[in-house]
Amino acid sequence: DLRVDGRGCEDYRCAEVETDVVSNTSGSARVKLGHTDILVGVKAEMGTPKLEKPDEGYLEFFVDCSANATPEFEGRGGEELGTEIANTLYRVFSSENSVDLKSLCINPREHCWVLYVDVLLLECGGNLFDAISIAVKAALFNTRIPKVRVLEDEEGSKEIELSDDPYDCIRLNVDDVPCIVTLSKIGYRHVVDATLQEEACSLASLLISVTGKGALTSMKKVGKGSLDPESIFEMMETGKRVGKSLHVALQKILDEEESLGTSRQKVGFLG
Amino acid sequence: MAAVTMRLPVARRAAGPSAPRGGEKHLVAPGDTITTDTGYMRGHGTYVEEEKLIASVAGAVERVNKLVCVKALKTRYNGEVGDIVVGRITEVQQKRWKVETNSRLDSVLLLSSMNLPGGELRRRSAEDELAMRDYLQEGDLISAEVQSVFSDGAVSLHTRSLKYGKLGQGVLVQVSPSLVKRQKTHFHDLPCGASVILGNNGFIWIYPTPEQKDEEAGGFTTNLEPVPLSDREVISRLRNCIVALVTQKLMLFDTSILYCYEASLPHQIKDILKPEVMEEIVLETRQRLLDLEG
Repeated sequence: DLRVDGRGCEDYRCAEVETDVVSNTSGSARVKLGHTDILVGVKAEMGTPKLEKPDEGYLEFFVDCSANATPEFEGRGGEELGTEIANTLYRVFSSENSVDLKSLCINPREHCWVLYVDVLLLECGGNLFDAISIAVKAALFNTRIPKVRVLEDEEGSKEIELSDDPYDCIRLNVDDVPCIVTLSKIGYRHVVDATLQEEACSLASLLISVTGKGALTSMKKVGKGSLDPESIFEMMETGKRVGKSLHVALQKILDEEESLGTSRQKVGFLG
Repeated sequence: MAAVTMRLPVARRAAGPSAPRGGEKHLVAPGDTITTDTGYMRGHGTYVEEEKLIASVAGAVERVNKLVCVKALKTRYNGEVGDIVVGRITEVQQKRWKVETNSRLDSVLLLSSMNLPGGELRRRSAEDELAMRDYLQEGDLISAEVQSVFSDGAVSLHTRSLKYGKLGQGVLVQVSPSLVKRQKTHFHDLPCGASVILGNNGFIWIYPTPEQKDEEAGGFTTNLEPVPLSDREVISRLRNCIVALVTQKLMLFDTSILYCYEASLPHQIKDILKPEVMEEIVLETRQRLLDLEG
C-alpha cells in the first residue's frame, strides 16, 4: 500500500482550491492538484428552456484543452479530449437531483437561466477528470445569479427587470453535485488520483461520479485494458468511500473561504 | 482510509537573502546587456548587437580572461566526455541503439561499445547483431558513460565496465541537468538502505542496494523479485527528498540528499511534498551544508 511518492492507494495529492478568480464571470474556480491546473468559469445567461423541460433551466459544458497544458494539445490536438471530457460532464450532471434546475426558471416556456460552464486546462499532470469535477463544483458554489422580476404589461407582454443591487443574487445549492473519482487499475490493485507516470502504467480506469452522500450517478470505463467484474465492484466501493471524503474536504475548504469574506487575499495567477 | 487534503492557495514569499556563497553571481535574463566593453570574446549563450554583448539564455555569467559566456540554469543536457548518464532506449537500429538522455539529439550506444554478458571480449559478429534485441529493448533503462561527442552535439555512449548496463527495479526522477553536481563518482550507496545513480543528464535512478555483487552478470540480469516494503519506503522517501531539493533549487550530491533524508525522518513520506514541510526540510539541509563547509 505504498506508491512511488509515499501515498497510499486511496490518498489524493494536496489540492489547492480558490474561487472567484475571474472577475467577469458569474462564478469561477481554480484547482491545482499536484501538477494539474484547471480553471472553470460559469456564466449565467438568459435563454429559452428546452421543449421537453419547459420549467427548468440547463447547463452547457465546454472544455478547452489549452496548448499550454502539454505539447500534444498543439493546434487541434486537444479537441478530442475536450469533447470527451464535455460528454462525461453532461453524463455526470444528467441526473435530475444534481443541480436544482427548477430554480433556474424565470418564466415557464419563455425564459430561463442557462449556465455556461467553461473549463480551461492549464496544465496536465494526471487525473484530469477528478480535478475538473472539483473545480466545477467549486465554481457552481461560487456562482451568483442576479435576481430578476417579471413585470406584466397592460397588453400582456412580459418585461424582465434586473435588480439594481449587485449583491442581490441567488446561489445554487451544490450539496448534491457529484464529483468524479478516477480509479486506475495498475497490476492487481487500483489507485486513486494517478499521476502522469501512473496513468502510463495503467491499462484500464473506471470513472465514477459520487455525490456527497455516497450515491453513484454515473460510471464509465476508459482505457484499452479489461476489468474483471469482481474488481469493478471493489473499485466502486473504494470510489464511494473516497468520494465521500472528497466532498467533505471540498465543502470544508469552500466554507472556510466563504467565511473569510472580503478580507480574503486573492492569490490569483501572479501569487 | 482515504486522506484528502485541500487548502487555500498561499502567495509565494520571495525567499529571504540566504548566506553569501563566496562572491555574488551576475545573473542575467535573455535580452539583458552583459557588458558594453567590446574587448571581450563572446561565448555560449551570448550574442552581439549594436556593440553590446547581450545574453540569449537565463543564467549566470561566467568570465574566463577575455571569454564571456552565460551558463544557463535550465537547459538540455550537453554531453562531456566521461560523464555518467542514465538513459532510456528509444530505437534498436542496425548496429546501435538510440538512447534518450534529455539532450538535444538522441545519444547512440554502438554495439561495439556494449559489454557482452559474462564480460567476454570478442569481435561482434552477425549473430550478435541479430540478437541485439535480446540484450536491450525499447523502453529499457541503462546507465552508461559518455565516450565521445560528435560534431553536431550528439553523444556516443559506452558500457564497457561491469558497473554499467541495464537497470533493474527502481525509481527514476527527472531533474534539470544543471542541478547535478560534478563529482568523482556518481554511484552512491547511501547508508539509509538504498543506492542512487546521479546521472549528469538529470536522470536520477534510485534502487534497492543489491545484497551481493554479481560479478558474472555484467549488468544484464534484471532481478524481478518483489522489493520488500522497508526498502520501498526508503526509496519513496529519497525520491520525495530529491523532488523537494529540486523544487528549492539546491544542488544534488550524495551529502545533500543524505542530509535531506535525515531531516525528513520526523515527517510522513507523503507529507514531504507539502510546501511548508518542503521549505522546512530544505532550510535545515541548507543549514547543515553550510555548517559542513565552514
